[in-house]
Amino acid sequence: MQKQAIFQSRLLPYALVAPQLAIVLIFFYWPALQAVVQSFLLQDAFGLSTTFVWFENYIDLFKDAAYFEAIVRTFLFSFAIAVSSLSFALLLAVMADKPLRGSMLYRTLLIWPYAVAPPVVGVLWIFMLHPSLGVLSRYLRNMGIDWNPLLDGDQAAALIILAAAWKQISYNFLFFLAGLQAIPKSVFEAAAIDGARPMRRFWTVTFPLLSPTIFFLLVVNIVYAFFDTFGIIDTMTRGGPGTSTVTLVYKVYSDGLLGGNLGSSAAQSVILMVMVIVLTGIQFRFVERKVTY
Amino acid sequence: MALRHFGAAAAIAFTVGLSASPASAATEIQWWHAMTGANNDVIVKLATDFNASQSDYKVIPTYKGNYPDTMNAGIAAFRAGNAPHIMQVFEVGTATMMAATGAVKPVYKLMTEAGEKFDPKIYLPAITGYYSTSKGEMLSFPFNSSSTVMWVNLDELKKANVEIPKTWPETFEAAKKLKAAGHDTCGFSGSWVTWVNLEQLSAWHNVPLASKANGLDGFDTVLEFNGPLQVKHLETLVELQKTKTYDYAGRTNTGEGRFTSGECPIYLTSSAFFGNVKAQAKFAFTAVPMPYYPDVKGAPQNSIIGGASLWVMGGKSAEEYKGVAKFLTFLSDTDRQVYIHKASGYLPITKAAYAKAKEEGFYKDQPYLETPLLELTNKEPTENSRGLRLGNMVQLRDVWSEEIEQALAGKKTAKQALDAAVERGNTMLRQFEKTAVK
Repeated sequence: MQKQAIFQSRLLPYALVAPQLAIVLIFFYWPALQAVVQSFLLQDAFGLSTTFVWFENYIDLFKDAAYFEAIVRTFLFSFAIAVSSLSFALLLAVMADKPLRGSMLYRTLLIWPYAVAPPVVGVLWIFMLHPSLGVLSRYLRNMGIDWNPLLDGDQAAALIILAAAWKQISYNFLFFLAGLQAIPKSVFEAAAIDGARPMRRFWTVTFPLLSPTIFFLLVVNIVYAFFDTFGIIDTMTRGGPGTSTVTLVYKVYSDGLLGGNLGSSAAQSVILMVMVIVLTGIQFRFVERKVTY
Repeated sequence: MALRHFGAAAAIAFTVGLSASPASAATEIQWWHAMTGANNDVIVKLATDFNASQSDYKVIPTYKGNYPDTMNAGIAAFRAGNAPHIMQVFEVGTATMMAATGAVKPVYKLMTEAGEKFDPKIYLPAITGYYSTSKGEMLSFPFNSSSTVMWVNLDELKKANVEIPKTWPETFEAAKKLKAAGHDTCGFSGSWVTWVNLEQLSAWHNVPLASKANGLDGFDTVLEFNGPLQVKHLETLVELQKTKTYDYAGRTNTGEGRFTSGECPIYLTSSAFFGNVKAQAKFAFTAVPMPYYPDVKGAPQNSIIGGASLWVMGGKSAEEYKGVAKFLTFLSDTDRQVYIHKASGYLPITKAAYAKAKEEGFYKDQPYLETPLLELTNKEPTENSRGLRLGNMVQLRDVWSEEIEQALAGKKTAKQALDAAVERGNTMLRQFEKTAVK
């Protein structure tokens, strides 16, 4: 009731949110709607001939073994990226949370990688791990490892996961640090008085109290691994060798832009959109419940 | 005060701007291209020279990113209703452009309608054939053409006491000797794995890559490159990959540094690699024709081209087309072709320009610059060596590469990989056939 009284005119609040709404409508809902429409069409690249084919694009997708492989691969990648990035960021955050000399400097340095664009990350790691150019690959060879991500699919996948996880560490680190600092010191002190050692304090006090942050970051990281790894994949492996680094997003790109198959590409985008809606829904429900405990 | 000064300055600039503009505005012709570095300079110079040669038309070149980017930008612009007049499209985009009746203006039609003198016989058929209908009507204007050649590091071959190989068996032997002589990570390699080892290999040995003259005679073409020759070739590469006598260098040309750095002493890639080799190689080098299998009857046949051509987009005014036609005539000029050839390393497209470059002794000191021309004109092109016209070619190449990579990694046999590449490729071709404008 009180909220309504703030505005004199009934139209003013709508006018105030109108620019934001317009942006959302034009830049989000309109293209999303176009993708849905396109997914029912069979059309050449130039848009000269168009046939309405109902669900044919979707049916073709579900008949395609390569699409299922891409789904499984994307989930595996996301899981690997989220887990490795989260655990490493948590380790760093716990260490940086201690009263250290120059802790601000460490923290700033740890946040830096987040400012690097994904394709640049790809190029950086190429320089380090390219089979013939890379600095690190020379060491790996000397250690007797036959490092060749141009042909070895598992190594290429590891490379992508490594680069993608590395980039996300900074973001996770920030949230973990904030989460750690929000935990009241008195809880630790109480645990310490009760005789809990640091490791036990971490697992029984810090970790449960951080769980909302961890869950939030898990969802954010999965969404990141789903979509933002495109730049890294495109610069590093372009989906190869074989199809071992083709994720759902990369497939949307390669089918649509390289293959000119806009209908299938649109259908894949729509499926991806549904996945993200589900993920976000879970996040909202869970986080809301957690916040009120 | 500052604001008033700014206003005054703007007013002056405006009047100056007005008076500086020519009395009659020239018709603008937008030219989108994908050339960088020295080749971009060539494009800019061509446009500047054309604009200076007359005052009715003004060609404006714009760099739009790499080949796929430029093509996608052009397609998106067409859908939005503001396509450029001229668009540079790489050779593998030919089928996509050709299928887009209405979106493009075939060059032969453009020239007749604009009343421009145009004789298709002055061009080198090995080059224009790729961009023409089976009746010989030129659809797009060849701009930068190249072919596959074998780059050789002469110093390293001499050190290992190896002759320049001519056939594939000789190449494999040479690679083994080079490996023994210290090149233990790479005896030989190459870029564009499918272009070199499927497309060119098939043409060079006069075997089909696909039915219907490799797609030139219709979109209902079917892939056929899982024959004995291609399987045997891939089998050998797989075997040599195990010892790194051959070492895979990726799908595109990112591995080319391995030749200029001296790591791979024998390297098969485009003749357009010349600019980089010249700038970076600290050793004596040359380029020789691709190797062939001597047991294949009639080999070597002729090679096919790579590179890009200029497509004229549809839906423009007659006046604009007239300008485009004049520009294409301007590009066909013999001296201009010789200039492009010398400045970029790409091939001349007219017979007269080739003859003139030869006459001037251009190939005497640099015989390797003639290698691709000798390959292209080695024999009269056949159904299997005139060119390729497959829809979705960019993605087709990716799919073929995927399968070749599986074979090289030992996950599939050469035969299984090529069978899968043919099968997956055919599915994509049928998809393309469905959407192609009839």
